[in-house]
Amino acid sequence: MNVMMLLEMASGAFPDRPAFTDGERGLTYTYGELFEAARLRAGSIQAQGASRMAKLDVSNLGTPLGLFASAWAGVPYVPLNYRLTNEEIAALLKRVTPAYLVTSSDRVAAFGALDDVHAVATDAFLDAQQNQTPIEGEWGMDPDEVAVLLFTSGTTGEPKAAVLRHKHLVSYILTSVEFASAPEADASLVCVPPYHIAGIAAIMSSVYSGRHVIQLPNFSAERWIELAQQHNVTTAFVVPTMLARIVETLEARGATDAGMPHLNSLAYGGGKMPLSVIEKAMTLFPDTDFSNAYGLTETSSTICVLGPDAHREAVASTTDAGRRRLVSVGQALPGVEIEIRDDEGNLLGAGERGEIYVRGEQVSGEYEGKGSVVDAQGWFPTRDAGSMDEEGYLFLEGRADDVIVRGGENLSPGEIEDVLLTHPAVADAAVFGVPDEQWGEAVAAAVVAKPGASIDRQALKDLVHDQLRSSRVPAHMEVWDELPYNETGKLLRRVVKASVIEGL
Amino acid sequence: MPTLKTGGRFKSAVCAGEIMVVAASGDDVELTCGGVAMVEAGADAPAGAEVHPDHAVGIAMGKRYITADETLEVLCVKAGDGSLAVNGDLLLQKDTKQLPKTD
Repeated sequence: MNVMMLLEMASGAFPDRPAFTDGERGLTYTYGELFEAARLRAGSIQAQGASRMAKLDVSNLGTPLGLFASAWAGVPYVPLNYRLTNEEIAALLKRVTPAYLVTSSDRVAAFGALDDVHAVATDAFLDAQQNQTPIEGEWGMDPDEVAVLLFTSGTTGEPKAAVLRHKHLVSYILTSVEFASAPEADASLVCVPPYHIAGIAAIMSSVYSGRHVIQLPNFSAERWIELAQQHNVTTAFVVPTMLARIVETLEARGATDAGMPHLNSLAYGGGKMPLSVIEKAMTLFPDTDFSNAYGLTETSSTICVLGPDAHREAVASTTDAGRRRLVSVGQALPGVEIEIRDDEGNLLGAGERGEIYVRGEQVSGEYEGKGSVVDAQGWFPTRDAGSMDEEGYLFLEGRADDVIVRGGENLSPGEIEDVLLTHPAVADAAVFGVPDEQWGEAVAAAVVAKPGASIDRQALKDLVHDQLRSSRVPAHMEVWDELPYNETGKLLRRVVKASVIEGL
Repeated sequence: MPTLKTGGRFKSAVCAGEIMVVAASGDDVELTCGGVAMVEAGADAPAGAEVHPDHAVGIAMGKRYITADETLEVLCVKAGDGSLAVNGDLLLQKDTKQLPKTD
């Protein structure tokens, strides 16, 4: 069992189909070319005696080539975040030596000087003339071999390296994608970072379905719209902040319709989608199916999906509970089980908030050097907080660590944020706990006003009081120009919290 | 034939078919294609064997096949004319639920 098998099947079934196109450089690999290129690059990696292949660059043809060549050579593929500082990158590289590093030409000298790092420029890696010795023999079929090491973007301490084995990635693809199911004209626009699990999943699921991937290395809404129209893109995945920019850009142009009838499916995930953004997007893309995906690095990407029909039913619903489904992340994929548990690990019922646990073949839950955090029954604690309704629709409530403990009562920041966001003057909101002598923690909020609107703090407190309970009313409230997000659209609640606590 | 282990690859002795084991119980079973025992992907197939007419529906690339008790699941990685069977019982095709595209 090896992810190379996915490419072997695609290349056997439709060798002449375009597989990947670099949207900026215009270069394309067909499936047959990608397969043969992987054979040669696997030879180059093996010749250097590398134990890992690292990739430090924006998305380009070297991204899928690196993933598959590593798999063929039998070494883990390690995509690194090129936005980190040089010191941070060097520290990560030292953890994966001896390494075969493919990076942009301006970084070859600096990182190639590190011990046991063989650095190659992306252009040289892609140049067939410089990679002429094919690997001998087939790839390994041991399902327990490590396919990918992904450094997670921890906000505290050293980044952890999540271990994804071939069995996790292959089982995710086999249970969620039908082989060769994409019509020949299908094209997918991929703009997620190549060092993110969504970027890895996009490569594998596109290959197995036979879809043509258009890579957008540096996201901008203008370029996304341009490439989507130029390539008649049929499917795409975006994080919430990207969709917000796309909607803003279309609105600024006065568009009432995005003019993309070819876009059959637009999926989003990676963070909380504001209700106003998804509602506007559904109007601007009337012919498009929307899906919300929830997943983690440690679960080989998606574990939960809110599909197109559920989107339409929620928008059309006349009840609050029905409309609330639009902010749910949907139901578990086949082969994936989800439970909500309290702090002591007891199973909670429908509607009760707790920590999300997940189990399934695609779940790794393992970190290099730290072992597995999966329990004896196979359950992985996600550290995400949430609740499930009677029909198994999952609602996210932020990180379990973000729960506010006020006078012994557990309060969910997400619940309070949702209420604040219903106020017409509020564009964005972050809720978190701050130290309090009387209560242990008090509720605090940072809110962003909509353009032209001003924030009436008392009105917002009254709103929370009326919609929820007095214990949820923010004791402190600050007005910010904007809230910090990471690049996949996750609110950096802890950054806001630290700043507010400092000012108290 | 050798024990079927997850990740193991086998080819048909009578057609172009090849499979990979997705899940196996570890019990010793004989997996046949076209009615003839399959061999390991790297091994030589015995010459002269033919597809048995009762095992001739064929296998399709990308389809998964399971035993009725679901103790064995394989993925067809190369199509062939022979059908798969364990201890003489034909394997069943397993459907992949069509999911919304999410990545």
